[in-house]
Amino acid sequence: MEVFGIWIAAFLTLCIYSFLYRDNPFYRFAEHLFVGMTVGYGIARSIHQGFIPLAWTPLWAAIIGESPAGYFKLIPICIGLLFFARLSSRHSWLVSYPIAILIGFGSGAMIPNAFQAYIFEQTRGTIEPFGSIHAGTLSGWEIFEAVLMIVGVVCTLTYFFFSAEHRGPVKWISKVGIAFLMIGFGSAFGNTVMGRVALLIQRVDFLINDWIGSISALF
Amino acid sequence: MFEKLLNMNRQIVFILVVLAVIIPMLLNIRLPLAVSEPTQKLYDYIDELPSESTIMIAFDYGPSSFAEPEPMAEAVMKHCFDKGIKVVGLTLDPEAVTLADNVMQKIAEEKGAINGIDYVLLGYREGPIQVILGMGVEIASVFESDYTGTPLSDIPMMADITNYDQIDLLLDLAAGTSIDAWITFANTKYGLKIGAGVTGVIVSEMYPYLQTGQLVGLLSGFLGAAEYEKLIDTPGKGIAGINTVSFVHLLVVGLVVLGNIAFFIQQRKEQG
Repeated sequence: MEVFGIWIAAFLTLCIYSFLYRDNPFYRFAEHLFVGMTVGYGIARSIHQGFIPLAWTPLWAAIIGESPAGYFKLIPICIGLLFFARLSSRHSWLVSYPIAILIGFGSGAMIPNAFQAYIFEQTRGTIEPFGSIHAGTLSGWEIFEAVLMIVGVVCTLTYFFFSAEHRGPVKWISKVGIAFLMIGFGSAFGNTVMGRVALLIQRVDFLINDWIGSISALF
Repeated sequence: MFEKLLNMNRQIVFILVVLAVIIPMLLNIRLPLAVSEPTQKLYDYIDELPSESTIMIAFDYGPSSFAEPEPMAEAVMKHCFDKGIKVVGLTLDPEAVTLADNVMQKIAEEKGAINGIDYVLLGYREGPIQVILGMGVEIASVFESDYTGTPLSDIPMMADITNYDQIDLLLDLAAGTSIDAWITFANTKYGLKIGAGVTGVIVSEMYPYLQTGQLVGLLSGFLGAAEYEKLIDTPGKGIAGINTVSFVHLLVVGLVVLGNIAFFIQQRKEQG
């Protein structure tokens, strides 16, 4: 059975890579199969991990009289069902209620923590080394890094500052900002190449060791 | 000649890349490897934890991206089991449960770790924000049972673990933006220490968190896995992979340089 699985995986891998030559029915088949299976798996898992334990089981326990508290689950269930109001043009306005609740929860949970994590902490991280410079605890290289970082932050933010016309000193500062952005994009591109090649290596490793290995094991 | 080079069929590039992957793999070529500071930081943090500490590993990657995070998971778990550190596994990605189960069982078998005593896989629950926030109050309120369906109250290693207060480190092995959620809700709200192991595609976005201390350490793709394997002196998929990646990088750099030279020479010819 395991060998059968390996052969199917190898066939589908080769189907996908056949796109490198040109678009073809084998590639289309594997692509559609992958998308369909991902969606199907996601739906089935959502039902088993979400709907059944969180909604159906407690509600059923209430219906059969085991735990009356389960009736409280009717409130979120009904709110969730309002999403299907979208299917009727007459009642589609009802969908605003679950969306409002979701946005309200998301904003309430996100805003204070996001401010702390993304704004305050990052600002602290940018400024803090200068406190250490003042205290004399940083080496020459660390001082250079701290200065480079604040120059990069100020110049890059200036590039995205559109309330002032980019002329004179602002133009030159934003040009330095572009250079920092390009370095960032270059780093991201290099890492992306590494990531994509890693996927190829994993598949080639599978084809050489597992698939060809299974062929040699047959004989 | 340069015109031919500029109009080279892309299939030739693909063939060269495949050869650059297959040849080093078959010849088993080893290149020197230096350990970077972000990997060293994560290793040091875990290495300094006393025995019986607990690490939570979030396997937030799917089948389309497991090539890079899986070697990291293997290396870190080997280190943990060798040191007697307990591992709690979970995922915010529904596609990752089976992958997490496979890798945990494989390393546990190799290191003689016992399910329920040395490690446990909690599995997956819907809603990443609710899961992260809920576990800060009580893990059992989110995961009432582990992946196999055993109630948490029946799992010996979970007897003293109620919430993040008993977790010494959360290591997020991710291929997406789950680290942002862990930092925003677990680190900022509950002060949970977080380490990350990410695919090369998103690693550039993680460095600001490392600089501010919101991440205690960072593993970067195959390179991070290889460095960690070197630190624990157990070569695995990471070291094998990074050697091959290096050859492909050399090829890509060579082609970029060659393409640029050909472009400029061609341009000069057209102008002259």
